[in-house]
Amino acid sequence: MWIYLFLAGLFGGLCGGMGLGGGTLLIPILTMILSVDQHLAQGLNLLVFIPTAIVALVIHAKNKLLNYKMFFIIVVPAAISAIVSSFLVKQIDGNILKNCFGGFLVFIAVYEIGVAIKTTVTNKKLFDNLKYKI
Amino acid sequence: MEKTSKLKFWKILLYILGGAFIGVANGLFGGGGGMLCVPLLLLAGLKNQEAQATAILIMAPISIASVVVYYSNGYIDWLMALYVGLGSIVGGIIGAFALKKFSNIVLQYIFAVVMLVAGLKLLF
Repeated sequence: MWIYLFLAGLFGGLCGGMGLGGGTLLIPILTMILSVDQHLAQGLNLLVFIPTAIVALVIHAKNKLLNYKMFFIIVVPAAISAIVSSFLVKQIDGNILKNCFGGFLVFIAVYEIGVAIKTTVTNKKLFDNLKYKI
Repeated sequence: MEKTSKLKFWKILLYILGGAFIGVANGLFGGGGGMLCVPLLLLAGLKNQEAQATAILIMAPISIASVVVYYSNGYIDWLMALYVGLGSIVGGIIGAFALKKFSNIVLQYIFAVVMLVAGLKLLF
């Protein structure tokens, strides 16, 4: 089992490192392929994100890419609502949560396809700017 | 002058509501907040790289807070996290380097379509 978990993480990390948002794909890999419980998969994704984020932030801080003003405006309401919703998640059945997560994925995917089409149309290499400077 | 301050008020309200929405999504679904945060930051006038980096800065403390709550509810498996985490670190390094070699727009399409298929499968 551990090798599959490692490979799932590898794939998620690969997407994340490419600036494609690895977490959103790591959760369905864990639940759909490895039959991990939805709640546990979400907890895993949250936990795994933290060390990766810290490493990325050190690099971004060095490159002066962090906007602290926007951070302070957004982080307070986001933290409050995240704590409340993290408590609420316990009340939701795993299967219903899975359906809701599916809807959320479709919502993000449609947005991402829209962005990709727009990028193609305007022929701007938008995502070249997303490279992590390592 | 009054018009400008009124506009600023609505903008800040938008960021606060957007932030609340990001927090709800990330807490409820254990991820994906960053993908909502980037467009909000772009809307605020940040450049692409800056928006991407600042989104991580916002998501880090929120994720830590969520992990604490998830842990208190028994939804954290440390051993599984160790394996997935190790894979994620290796994948992250490979991904960051691979980014320089592949066309990003093609990957973006593939990624979005895979996400759409997975989403639809989970939805129904």
